[in-house]
Amino acid sequence: MTVEERNVELSLAATLPARAAEVGAEAVTRQAQGLKVEKLGAYYGNFQAVSDISMDIAANKVTALIGPSGCGKSTFIRCLNRLHEVVRDARVQGRVMLEGQDLYDARMDPVVVRRYIGMVFQRPNPFPTMSIFDNVAAGLRLNGVRDRVLTQEKVEKSLQQAALWDEVKDKLKKPALALSGGQQQRLCIARTIAVGPMVVLMDEPCSALDPISTLKIEDLIGELKRELTIVIVTHNMQQAARVSDYTAFFLGNEQRAGELVEYGPTKTIFTNPSDQRTENYITGRFG
Amino acid sequence: MATMALRPTADIVRRQVVDRTMGALLCLSAIVALTPLALVIGYVLANGLAGINLDLLTKLPKPVGELGGGMANAFLGTLIVILLASIMGVPIGMLAGIFLSEMGNNHFASVLRFLTDVLTGVPSIVIGIVAYTLIVVPMHSFSALAGGVALALIMIPVVTRTTEEALRRVPQSLREASLGLGVLEWKTTLFVVVPSGIGGIVTGIMLAVARISGETAPLLFTAFGSRFWPDGLNKPIAAAPLQIFQYAVAPYKDWHSQAWAAAFLLMLLILGLNIGVRVVTRTGFQRIR
Repeated sequence: MTVEERNVELSLAATLPARAAEVGAEAVTRQAQGLKVEKLGAYYGNFQAVSDISMDIAANKVTALIGPSGCGKSTFIRCLNRLHEVVRDARVQGRVMLEGQDLYDARMDPVVVRRYIGMVFQRPNPFPTMSIFDNVAAGLRLNGVRDRVLTQEKVEKSLQQAALWDEVKDKLKKPALALSGGQQQRLCIARTIAVGPMVVLMDEPCSALDPISTLKIEDLIGELKRELTIVIVTHNMQQAARVSDYTAFFLGNEQRAGELVEYGPTKTIFTNPSDQRTENYITGRFG
Repeated sequence: MATMALRPTADIVRRQVVDRTMGALLCLSAIVALTPLALVIGYVLANGLAGINLDLLTKLPKPVGELGGGMANAFLGTLIVILLASIMGVPIGMLAGIFLSEMGNNHFASVLRFLTDVLTGVPSIVIGIVAYTLIVVPMHSFSALAGGVALALIMIPVVTRTTEEALRRVPQSLREASLGLGVLEWKTTLFVVVPSGIGGIVTGIMLAVARISGETAPLLFTAFGSRFWPDGLNKPIAAAPLQIFQYAVAPYKDWHSQAWAAAFLLMLLILGLNIGVRVVTRTGFQRIR
């Protein structure tokens, strides 16, 4: 079965259009979508890492997840594109709705989910064997896009969107690892948006970067939200305040399972939190 | 206080003595370990160099009793048998290694891993018997094919384990990056994980080839040896290690010198392969870093 056939079959089953296969047809109107999380719980074997989280993530907005280390933010964000289950013995309960579809529906293929919901990781992780160009093209090619001209256009556009084009346009054939850490991270962002996701998840995308590179990524996030929904995990509260529209504060409960303490517009969370624990965290009294 | 230890105390002297003794002991052990290697190389060089000539690499053996001739058929045969073994052993070993690394988080894989390690330790003569039973007996003939199978059985565990190790060193973050792009799992393995670990895989393959190119025992009753040019995969075939063995135990001076020369060439071949491994791993790792 070719990828296309598989996609068609999957999309018949799940009724989500098979997006990656058709990124080609420039007809893809990349419309950002929100996510609706219902009673989500995540486990590693018997250990519950995330407990009973429900929240609506707004389209075309930046939603920041903050909280102390080990409170389940990263686990939670990995549940949103079904990457959590890649880990051995990991399980998820509850529902994540995208366009009225449950991503955890038994008929839904995680591979299709991940084409709609991309991910940028904590450490820049470009493919070491590939050139700069090939890294950005990888998602398209490996998802079955054969059209070279189209790939070229997509790569250029994605690199421009990731504010990296001017720095790399003369060395697209160079290995990706020749770039600096900040450039590598923007390359990873370009790679993610090249396949045309509706939502991009970012798991502490700046924690391995210097302040200048961090600033560039933050500017980039501001640009990207015009076309995408962004969910970002961050340890840096100033960063959450700078880039996000909404902020969710997570905290581990007595069993160390992460819970959603408070969620609302970033301004409210940072200036007038309703929960004492949020206030304590934000004012630096713990965590 | 004022007289404190410009002169070493008994304690310090004792420590210095122990330190030097241990250092000397370690150095001595290293020398003992390397001496056989130096002796072998030196001895083969001394005895083999004289016998090297063009005939050795271009001519067939002369009939018993006549001087001269070569063992071109044996070198060609060795290459053919190694090639056969690689054709069978490399794909199976690589695929098994990929399985153990990428899907190997279960009981079945642990058993497989254990058996692979056991197979590595099985004496090569036993492997020869297995190939004899599996191939020679049903075919009613010693054959190049049987030799290839025997050597492949020796290669497989080596290639499997080195492939697994090489792929385990590929960071999990790369797999997640690819899966996060909505790439299918098999494509992730094939186009992201395997290329990232290819340096280690090639090393494993070359080490396995180096290992089998000197094997004699498993060829004794599979490839069997021959004094003529290779004549089809279902016929007995000459192999350099076998020919060396047969010449070495024969009572003819001329054969002895040919055996020495062939041993020297075989050693060069293995040395070349090992150097090749070094070069490949160096460039391979550069690519990963």
